[in-house]
Formats: sequence, structure tokens, C-alpha cells
Amino acid sequence: MTDWPILSTVTFLPLVGVLLLLFMNGEGANGRRNVLNISLLTTVATFVVSLFIWIGFDNSNPGFQMVEKHGWLSTGISYHLGVDGISMLFVILTTFLMPFCVLASWVSVEKRIKEYMIAFLLLEVVMVGVFVALDIVLFYVFFEATLIPMFVIIGVWGGKDRVYASYKFFLYTLAGSVLTMLAIMAMYWQAGTTDMTELLKYGFPVGMQTWLWLAFFAAFSVKMPMWPVHTWLPDAHVQAPTAGSVILAGVMLKLGGYGFIRFSLSMLPVASDYFAPLVFTLSVLAIIYTSLVALMQEDMKKLIAYSSVAHMGYVTMGIFAANTQGLQGAIFQMLSHGIVSGALFLCVGVVYDRLHTRDIAAYGGLVNNMPKYAVAMMIFTMANVGLPGTSGFVGEFLTIIGVFRVNTWVALFAATGVILSASYALWLYRRMIFGALDKESLKSMLDLSGREKLILYPLVVLTIFFGVYPAPVFDATAASVDLVVNNYSAALQAAKNLALNVH
Amino acid sequence: MIYKAIVFLPLIGFLIAGLFGRSIGSKASEYVTSGLMIIVAVLSWIVFFNVAIAHGEAGEVIKVPVMRWIQSGGIDVEWAFRVDTLTAIMFVVVNTVSTLVHIYSIGYMHHDPHRPRFFAYLSLFTFAMLMLITSDNLAQMFFGWEGVGLASYLLIGFWFKKPSASAAAMKAFIVNRVGDFGFILGIAGLFVLFGSINFETIFAAAASYLPAEGATDATQTVVNIFGMSLDKANAITVVCLLLFMGAMGKSAQFLLHTWLPDAMEGPTPVSALIHAATMVTAGVFLVARMSPIFELSPDALLVVTIIGAITAFFAATVGLVQNDIKRVIAYSTCSQLGYMFVALGVGAYGSAIFHLFTHAFFKALLFLCAGSVIHAVDGEQDMRNMGGLRPHIKITFAMMLIGTLAITGVGIPFTPIGFAGFFSKDVIIEAAYASHSPASGFAFTLLVIAAMFTSFYSWRLMFLTFFGKPRASHEVMHHVHESPNVMLIPLYVLAVGAVLAGVIFEGMFYGEEYAEFWKGALFTAQHNELLEEFHHVPALVALSPFIAMVIGFVTAWYFYIKSPETPKRLATSQQVLYKFLLNKWYFDELYDFLFVRSAKALGRFLWKKGDIGVIDNYGPNGVAARVVDVTNRVVKLQSGYLYHYAFAMMIGIAALITWMMLGSSM
Repeated sequence: MTDWPILSTVTFLPLVGVLLLLFMNGEGANGRRNVLNISLLTTVATFVVSLFIWIGFDNSNPGFQMVEKHGWLSTGISYHLGVDGISMLFVILTTFLMPFCVLASWVSVEKRIKEYMIAFLLLEVVMVGVFVALDIVLFYVFFEATLIPMFVIIGVWGGKDRVYASYKFFLYTLAGSVLTMLAIMAMYWQAGTTDMTELLKYGFPVGMQTWLWLAFFAAFSVKMPMWPVHTWLPDAHVQAPTAGSVILAGVMLKLGGYGFIRFSLSMLPVASDYFAPLVFTLSVLAIIYTSLVALMQEDMKKLIAYSSVAHMGYVTMGIFAANTQGLQGAIFQMLSHGIVSGALFLCVGVVYDRLHTRDIAAYGGLVNNMPKYAVAMMIFTMANVGLPGTSGFVGEFLTIIGVFRVNTWVALFAATGVILSASYALWLYRRMIFGALDKESLKSMLDLSGREKLILYPLVVLTIFFGVYPAPVFDATAASVDLVVNNYSAALQAAKNLALNVH
Repeated sequence: MIYKAIVFLPLIGFLIAGLFGRSIGSKASEYVTSGLMIIVAVLSWIVFFNVAIAHGEAGEVIKVPVMRWIQSGGIDVEWAFRVDTLTAIMFVVVNTVSTLVHIYSIGYMHHDPHRPRFFAYLSLFTFAMLMLITSDNLAQMFFGWEGVGLASYLLIGFWFKKPSASAAAMKAFIVNRVGDFGFILGIAGLFVLFGSINFETIFAAAASYLPAEGATDATQTVVNIFGMSLDKANAITVVCLLLFMGAMGKSAQFLLHTWLPDAMEGPTPVSALIHAATMVTAGVFLVARMSPIFELSPDALLVVTIIGAITAFFAATVGLVQNDIKRVIAYSTCSQLGYMFVALGVGAYGSAIFHLFTHAFFKALLFLCAGSVIHAVDGEQDMRNMGGLRPHIKITFAMMLIGTLAITGVGIPFTPIGFAGFFSKDVIIEAAYASHSPASGFAFTLLVIAAMFTSFYSWRLMFLTFFGKPRASHEVMHHVHESPNVMLIPLYVLAVGAVLAGVIFEGMFYGEEYAEFWKGALFTAQHNELLEEFHHVPALVALSPFIAMVIGFVTAWYFYIKSPETPKRLATSQQVLYKFLLNKWYFDELYDFLFVRSAKALGRFLWKKGDIGVIDNYGPNGVAARVVDVTNRVVKLQSGYLYHYAFAMMIGIAALITWMMLGSSM
């Protein structure tokens, strides 16, 4: 078991599914069913195997584990994989969400199901790849490659303005990609290695850190997304099919947060400290501005998309607070948001499949004929609002405490999100679920089907479980987070001493 | 074990009724939840006798760990119960009232098709409230705090088909969140100051927290909050005020009170349980629990006193003219909570909790009686359509009379004979007078006036409802009927409390047995003169609430029995004042303008002008417009635009690798 390259297995297992699908005929009812079954089987198997990563994970080891390293083309670039407490749970989150995506597409995707599933399985490969890559070039390849399947999913299976949405998505990311590549080249030039474990120890010169930081910031802030480069997200979400939204909100936004922790905070601590006020400002703006915008949305998916931006504001704020509470809160918030926002998009998908509109005004009084749906939606809404006892609370609470230690103003403004999130989320709930069932079109809508229950109930359980007992997450992340925080403060101290010596 | 049973049995009731309510049916749901609550109530009284009444050491606290919760750096929080006298009192209050409300609801909700859901919510509320009062750290308290908020939201909006109910539910939650905004920052502040959010650590450090007068570090800056460099004393003040903001939201204090009257949209048993006896007193509980911290900040206590006094007065004035029977009682609750905060503010924590204790009985009694009245007149809540009900519902009348006598504080001055409010309310007024707080005179004056108003609106309610000529339609009057026993028995129990709670427990809560009873659960200074002094206030001061009560009664009698045209005449001659009071000082209109509408306008502006107008217009759309021009031509040839990006990326990677290889070979 110990020698088994488990990370490679988890990363590339979906390719087996892709191969099978390639040789299958996806036409007709039979073909369609086979495609769905194979995809579901592949994603479930990947998830199950990925659980062995968590089982075999040593919580007390702050460094990288399950490392695999092979030279590649004798270029200095290597095929180097490994996980630590920061990345491990994101791998699990990704593999966990994939079966839900397959299930969510069971009936709603009508055309070219085979290609659709191939795109999703490839997406899984590259997303897991981002989190396990320990070579910066490998990371870059995976990181950029996530765009292609998502781009295709939105562009081909999206709504009617899909072209516009995918372009917006493309344009925003383009600038970041170019700059990131330059930054990676510069890092290699300076440090002479592309090995992330080496780069983490390297300690870049202060002047250079600033430029590298800005280059990475261009890529990660778009991915996050941070204000003001967030406007691609609502459009992408609205146009993407349900499963696309789940992955977008559940995993792809976290690539940005992961990048901030791994590169900005860990490799460029002095610049991170220098730019922290900028990040705080943008985070606070994101929380207040996008919450207000979310309040006025008429499209359910847009509303949830804007609320995602606001929630990511807590994440960026927590990361750059650079203390244990902030960082652990940020990681927890990302994981929780992956579950909760994914679930909310699935909830939207449930009613969209029935009525084919996302217009909030078209709904009302759903509790009358869809009580089970109303309960599930209530729980996710409350988690979105950050009610204690749901997973949404823990991250929000810790990031606010973490940032309060650093800058009370930021905490003050961020805490207004507590009020604003309740406003937009409950208003949405009231307009959709409460009230009398007056609209004719809604009267024939049925409550959750067996498949939909299978999708939503496990997420309900997890949302509450991690709200009440988040300890597994904290246990897994504690050692690595402490390492990052200690290195960060040590680096800052060293820089300060250096500055003193010069003068 | 007994503590776990008390807290978790309601949760089990909630889960059974909530998950299986449909399959086991309404009757079973009712019996299961109510049955569990009866057990819990009995256990609570046992705990009360064991913990509070029995002899014990000062500072003795029972701690029951349950499970890990949040561990992150210095934050080390577990699910655990902390039981001391304060918790034991709250156990009794919460579980007694909750049990009676459960039983009462079996009758009251008889016709409702959603009874399992209703009982599930009631039990959920009880569980959350118990988590709140047993918490041993601020995070768990916040869990309970928000949990009761959720249950309150669900119960106010219980009749979800009524738009007004959904709106009121939302309003309650959001206004409470404004308070929580302060609460959560206060928790963060406490963590920065004390390095922990567990009560044990904080209280242990609190005693010696402030540096001695003249010590070198007395004015040293310890923390910078919101741009202010604060020394220890001021930092504590800021933290206390933030926590108090949470208390103001939950306890509907002045400025954050607007949700409470609207919350009357919920079924009446809910109003009795949540919006009178238990949840709204959570703010009082919070300040009492944190008394070792609040005691360090005279400034914060001053704010508590002033806000409490203003609330007591303000809510009483609005209560004078309301026509909805439940809203009158709601404003009365608001006003009584103000009394409790004044008591906290002047350092008379014991009497604050005493008033909380007695108020729970008589206010729940009043609400449930109101429910019985509403039940009798077929859902009518407007007192202008009642009148003359006394001969038809004699028992309800008798019970409501007891509640009114209790809330107005009827008793014989200078003797230990009187209803519950006579002890608990009067002692707050005396304490306000006797205290050394700078706001002492202010608070005393407002409280006495409020006592007069309390008496007036309470009797007004009685006269309008039960006396005079019937104003309801013949149809309704024909059907007026006394409630069934399942609704009346809870009234009897509460009536016993409303009569006896004062005289029995007076000595313990703030009298001779004070120290023995509280065992250090509340902060008590070394030489708490206040405890002594308010037994020796001038006779006129001691008499003042009694006089106020009599004036209120006589006025109400004159207005509504002797000469019923007087109030109408007064309303027309003093139209401005009348409108001002009837419209609740125009707070709803003001807030709607200031917050609701401006937030919506701002949101729309940021969306249309900010996101679409500026960011998109100058960002992606400007660029995309050009790109689309180009690609449209390409698309005509081949719909391969999707692959352009992939292609570009491949070139990029190829370039990178080439460059690397060149680099490494050099």
C-alpha cells in the first residue's frame, strides 16, 4: 500500500472512464444509459480511492506526503506529486463532488451526453492535478488546463448566451495566465528549480517578490474571483449547466484560494505582508458590494453566484490575515462553500429542470407542493447565511476572528456580511418558497425524485456534520497551517532584521 | 447525565416530529414532543433544587463536556454544559414555560394541518435555548443564540401563506442579525483581550484584568480597535458595548426593537414562549452571564442603563394606544425587558434575573390568555371588535386578571404580600434610585412613568376586552366559548407562578439568602452596598411604583369604563401625539427609508452601473467586442473558436518547455 502511487491513481483514474466512453456509442436510450452508468461508476470509484488518501494521511506531518517524483524529459521539470494538510482535503472535495455532477446531469443534459461526460472526467483529472502537483510547471499545466473543459462545457452545453459567457471567462483568465507564466519563468531563472518543495524554502529577494506576487495575484484573483474582476462569474454560472455551476463554485474558485496559500503566502511572504491591505480592501469591497448586488438579482443563479463572490471575500481576507484562525478559517470556508454553494446550485437545478426558468419572480409558494425540497433548501440557505451548527458558520467565524487580530476595521466591515447575507438569502427563500401557491405553472410541480434525494440528502448531512463536528478538517490541516504561519512570521522577522542591519 | 437529558430530549422530540411527523401523525407528534418536555421540566426543577437551593460552595460550577467543536490556534471550543445557579434558573423558566406551551398548543393548534411541524419547531426552539443557557463558551452561546433566532424565524413564518407572516419572519431574523454583527465582533474582541472565548478562562482573568490605579501600565495601549488606541479599561468598554449590541437585538431594545411587534404574526403560543418568556430574555441572560466583564466597565453599564430605561419608557408609550391585543402585550414585553436592563446596568444583577423569572410566568400567562380570547372570538385580534366577553369566558378572564395584577405589581406596600411583579418590578425601581450610576435619576424617573403606563395599558386591555358592551358581530358573539381544559390547565399553572413566584423567591434572588443562592454565578463586588441600600430607600421612593400603578388603573378605568368617549376625544384633540404613538414613533418608516430602500437602491446601482456599466463595459465587453468581430469571421469557416484557447495554451507550454531545455543546457 505504501509504495502504491495513490495520488497518480486518483488523478488519472477518470481517464479510464474516458477511454471506455471513447469506444462507446452514446446514441439512443441504451447508449445514453451506458454512458451515464460508466461515468457514475468512474467518479464514485475515484472518490472511494481518494478516501484512502485521507485514511493514509498522517495528520502530525506538516510536510508533503505520498510523494511521487520522476524526472521528465531531463529538463529539470519533474513529475512530482504530493499532498499536505492544505491540499489534501481539496482533492477529496473534488472527487466527492463529481458523482453529484453526473447525477445532476442525468436527465437535464439532452444532447451529446458522451462528449459532455468526457469533458467532466477530463476536468476532474486536471483539477485533482492542480492540488497534487508539486512541480510548478506541472501545476501551471494543470491550472491552465482546467479552463479548457469548463470552457467547452459552458460553450457547448450552456444557456442561450453561452458564447458571451465563455468569452468573458476566457478574457478574464487570459491576462492572468500570461503573467503567471512569466512569473514561473522568473522563479525558475532565479531559483534554478521548478520543484515547489525547493521553492517553498528558497526565499526570494524582496524586490522580486513584489513583482512575482502581482503576477500570481492577476491569475488567482480572477479565479477566486475578487472584486473587481468578478463579473465573469455570474455570467458563467447563469449559462453553465447545473453540474458546470457546481464544479465552478465548488472547486474551480478554490484553485485561486489554494494558489494564494501555496504561492503568495508561502513563497512570497514579504510581498504578501506588503500587499495585505490591498487584499483586505478588495475582500471587504467584495463582501459588501457583491452582497448588495446579490440582493437585487432577479435570476436565482446570479444571486447565488454573487453570494459566492462575497463568501470568497472571507476567504481572501482570512488567508492574508496570515494567522492560524484566519488561514484555517479560510480553508474551512472554501471546503464548506464547496459543499453549500454546490448544493444551492443543485437546488436551483431541481426547479429549473421542472420549469425551465431561473427567474425568481416565476416561483413562489413552493413549500406547498415541495416540502422536502423546501427543507433542503432551508438548510443550505442557512448554511449560506453562516448559521452556527452548519458548516458555513465555522469558516466565517474563524476568518472574522483571524482578521480582527490583524485589523479591526476589516473585521468590522466584513461582519456586515452577516447582516447582508441574511438579507439576500432569506429574501430569495421567501420569494421562492413561502407564500401561497398561486401560479398555475407551479401547481403540477412534484417534490424531490429519488435521484434528487440521493443528490441533496448527503449534502444536507455533510453540511450539518461539519458544522457540529468540524474536528476532522482541523486535525488534517492544523500541522501544515502552523508550518505556513510560522514560516511566514519567520520570513517577515528575517526581512525586518535585514532592513535594520542595512540602516 | 441529567443535564444531557435536559438538553437533548427536546432535540430528540424535534427529530421525531420533524422527520417522522408525517408517518406517525399529528397526535403522536404532539404527545411525543409534549411528553418529552414534561420529563425535561421535571428534571429541570430537580436540578434547580440541587444546584440553586441546596447548600454549596461559592463559585461551584458543574461542567459537562460533550464533544469537540472548533480548535484553531488559541480558539479551543468544545460542546459542553456549564451549570450554575443562573443556568438552573433558566432551566426552570425555559422548560416550564415550554412544556406548558406545548400542552396548550395541543388545544390551540387543534385545527391546523401542520401540527407535527409546529411541535417540531417548538422543540427545536427549546433545544437551542437550552444550548444557549448551558453554554460554557461564547461560540456555543452564539450557536444557541442563532438557533433560537432560526426557530423564531420559522415559527413567526409558520403560516407561510400569509405574506405578512413571511415578511415579519424575515424582518425578525435580519434585525437580530444586526445585533449579531456586534456580538460576533465582541467575541473576536474578547478573544484578542483574553486569548480565549471560554467563560472559565475569561472570568478567571477578569478579576485581576484591570491594572491597579496608578500602576505603570494603567494607561498603556493594549489593543487598537476601529482606529482607537485603547488601554485595558477602554478596550473592555468597547467589547462590552459590542456584546450589548447583540443583547439589544435579541431582547428588542430601543433602536433594534422593531421586529418584536411584527413577530406577533406567529401563532400565539409562540409569542408566549419565544417572544415573551424565553428568547427575548437571552440578551438579559447574556449580560448577566458576562457580568464579571461588564462590571469592569462603568461606561458600558451606563449605556445599558440608559438604553434599558429608554426602552421601558418608549415601549410603554406605544403600548398605550395599540389596538391589537397581542401587540399591546408585545410592547409590554419590550418595556419589561427595559426594566431588566436597567437592573443590570445599575449592577443589581440578581433583581434583573428575578424580574426575568417572574416576568416569564405572568407574561406567558397573559399571552396564553390572549390566545384563549382570540380562540374564543374566532381569530379576531383587534380589541375594538371585542368587549363584554367576561360572562362568556369566565375562567380566561380570571386568569388574565391574575396576569394583569401581577404585571402591574399589585401588592400591599411594606408587607410581603403581593403578586409577582410587586416584588420584582418594584425592587428594580428601588435599585435604580439607590444606585450610584450617573443615570440613576434618569432611569428612576422613566421607570416610574413606565410603571404608570404599564398599569394603564394593562387595564385598558382588560376593560376593552372583557367589559363594556360587546362590539363583535352577533355571529361571533354567538360562538364565543371557553377554551378546552388542555388550554386552561397551563393557565392555572402559570397563574400560580404569577401569584407566588415573587413572595417565595424574593429572599433568594436579592434578599438575605443572596450569596447562598447564587454561589458566585453573578458578579458581586466585595462590598456590594447596593444589595443593602435598596432596602433602605426613602418611603416615598418605595411607594412610587404603587402610586404609579394606582394612577394608571384609575385613568384606565375612567377612560374605558366611566367615560368611554374620553379616549376618542383625546385622540382627536391630540392628533399629532396620537398618530406618533400609534405609528410606533415612525421607526418602521424611518428604517424602511434609511436601510431597506437605500440598500436596495444601492444594490441596484452597483449592479447596473458598477458591474455592468463600468467593469464590464470597460473590461471584457470592450475587448470581447473586438474579439467577437474577428471570430465571427472565423466561425463562418469552422466553429473552432473554442479550440483557439487550447491552441494558444499549447504554444505557451511548448515555448516554456523549449525555453527550459535551452536554459538547462546552457
